[in-house]
Amino acid sequence: MDARDRELINALHGGFPVEERPYAAVAGSLGMTEDEVIARLARLLDARMLTRFGPLYDAVRLGGAFTLAAMAVPHERFDEVTEIVNSFPEVAHNYARNHDLNMWFVVATERPEGIGEVLSQIKDRTGLDVLNLPKEEEYFLELRLPA
Amino acid sequence: MSQTLKTTETAVLDPVDRRIVAATQAGLPLDPRPWHRVAEQVGVAPDEVMRRVRRMLETGAIRRIGAVPNHYALGWKANGMSVWDVPDERVGEAGRMIGALDFVSHCYRRPRRPPDWPYNLFAMVHGQARWEVEEAVSHMASLLGPLDRGHTVLFSTKILKKTGLRIAG
Repeated sequence: MDARDRELINALHGGFPVEERPYAAVAGSLGMTEDEVIARLARLLDARMLTRFGPLYDAVRLGGAFTLAAMAVPHERFDEVTEIVNSFPEVAHNYARNHDLNMWFVVATERPEGIGEVLSQIKDRTGLDVLNLPKEEEYFLELRLPA
Repeated sequence: MSQTLKTTETAVLDPVDRRIVAATQAGLPLDPRPWHRVAEQVGVAPDEVMRRVRRMLETGAIRRIGAVPNHYALGWKANGMSVWDVPDERVGEAGRMIGALDFVSHCYRRPRRPPDWPYNLFAMVHGQARWEVEEAVSHMASLLGPLDRGHTVLFSTKILKKTGLRIAG
């Protein structure tokens, strides 16, 4: 990634225009050509420096529901409980973390009621408490790249 | 610039909107006329796609159109989930303060679950190494001053599962 790539990514944080030739519009503001903008984005995506480029949807506003859940899993049961938690398709990400609450996972469901159902099933099947920590407010910012 | 987003409302999307979501959630075509390519896939006119995308931006169904950097590939190889116990009536102020820092990618208010979990503010902190994340967290603590009634930082020790989130389609 070079300085021009970083300039391009930072410029895209300011918003991507919804018009017929949006890459050309971005290119104009950066003194690049349309082809160069497209080629740079393609290269950054190929090299996995960017995980994606496009509209970023707010899943909650689209009617889905999310939460972050945490469990304190006894060390000797960790693998067994991991298997149970991961067996739920609604569990998208699951991380071991260095805390008494040592298992942290994201649950995503199509309906808001689905969250409670999944968490109570996990509780029943593991016999362990599950803390439900839904996002209540977001203080939203982009990670800025040093130019 | 920081802004606070409410996340409780649901945008009303019709089936055409949902097809646009499905056609673009993996990414926007890298084509000089990307909305035209989306329109072909969805089966409506390009102007109709652009009108609907603008409306989804206005309602917040689309947060923004842009690039998602891969923090790890960009050298931010360490990340820690910092968690803070701040007074409930000042959590917004604290969140905007630490959410504005360059090395913080996500900052959320979440409920406390006493006695196990006294923290009500989460901030994901990125650094090139774990010591850098720890230093960043100390910096955040000094910024928050008396608002910080206790904090810790949790590092991930293992990825147990990671699948993409799918919204529609």
